Amino acid sequence: MPGQLKEVRARISSVTSTQQITKAMKMVSAAKLRRAQDRIIQMRPYSKKLSEMLQNIVSGESDVEIKLAQARAEEKILIVLVTSDRGLCGGFNSNLIKTVRVLVKEKYQAQADKGNVEIMCIGKKGMDALKKSFKTNDAHVGLFGKLSFDNTAEIAQEMMNGFVSGKYDKIEIVYSQFKNAATQIFEAEQFLPVPKSAPKASAKGSTKNSEFIFQPSKVELINELVPKILKTQLYKCVLDTNASEHGARMTAMDKATENAQELLKDLKLKYNRARQAAITTELTEIVSGAAALEG
Amino acid sequence: MTLEILTPEKKFFSGDAESVMLPGADGKFEILKDHAPLISSLKEGEIRIRQNGKDTSVKIKSGFVEVLNNKINVMVEGAA
Repeated sequence: MPGQLKEVRARISSVTSTQQITKAMKMVSAAKLRRAQDRIIQMRPYSKKLSEMLQNIVSGESDVEIKLAQARAEEKILIVLVTSDRGLCGGFNSNLIKTVRVLVKEKYQAQADKGNVEIMCIGKKGMDALKKSFKTNDAHVGLFGKLSFDNTAEIAQEMMNGFVSGKYDKIEIVYSQFKNAATQIFEAEQFLPVPKSAPKASAKGSTKNSEFIFQPSKVELINELVPKILKTQLYKCVLDTNASEHGARMTAMDKATENAQELLKDLKLKYNRARQAAITTELTEIVSGAAALEG
Repeated sequence: MTLEILTPEKKFFSGDAESVMLPGADGKFEILKDHAPLISSLKEGEIRIRQNGKDTSVKIKSGFVEVLNNKINVMVEGAA
């Protein structure tokens, strides 16, 4: 009996310290989540203004030849997977990885059989999981530690160069859209060639448009603007994933803290029961010992 | 005339200005009050903002400027 008592006591202290850790991690994630959300909000006016400007330029002009929007036969595919560098965030990374696998299976099986599907990983977890089953490109690990627009812009440039030089015919990004702390939407988005479905500017845009002076020409402006928008798009994907990661971790750690609480309750009950049993046995022994002496 | 400088990381500048000198792709140019609507690309360089007779200079990376109804929007990839 005393042996069991000690065992339960040890477990209680171990669960308590685990709970302390999960609680702390939850707090840290909450703070980081707020920062990540701020970043998304800060970026919004810039990206909104850029796309407004594109509409201003494009409206009126019917067919502008944009190098980055030319669709080709889809032979060589690059999938960019954005995951986190660290674990302990529930099913977050495995869901992202699953999204990639499903995407390849459904859309690019033929290319994959020929070994023409390449994966570029932003974030360590995706890299670890996929380097065995796919051809992985040099990964960008540790980006989230020093997350900045310049860093992601470099990667976006690399992707655009790959597309222009014909190394890849199509590029898709798999990332997690941030909805709120508890929900993430795992999504694949076509990055290159630029999808043509962009809605044409409304009538009010085109009347304004005629008055603008364009410097240099419209075509040149568009060809400069599109890469900038793409860079912003990748930046947005990375920021969204970053925020989602912290959201997912926060939820996971909250759940873990709750579970630890429940476990502790059970253990305490068990401990008290064991203690009571030990006392009862001891008492019985004393009483029967005394009775034997008297007898 | 209001001027706004936006970068992907933050709103870098927002306020009134009397004149703004910008590093356009075809050369430097200055924007004064009641400038015609304009969209231009910018190259790396510096923006000079004149406020109350005093000049401030901002180093920028490449980007764009849009001028409309005495409102200047500058979108650049980085500013310092």
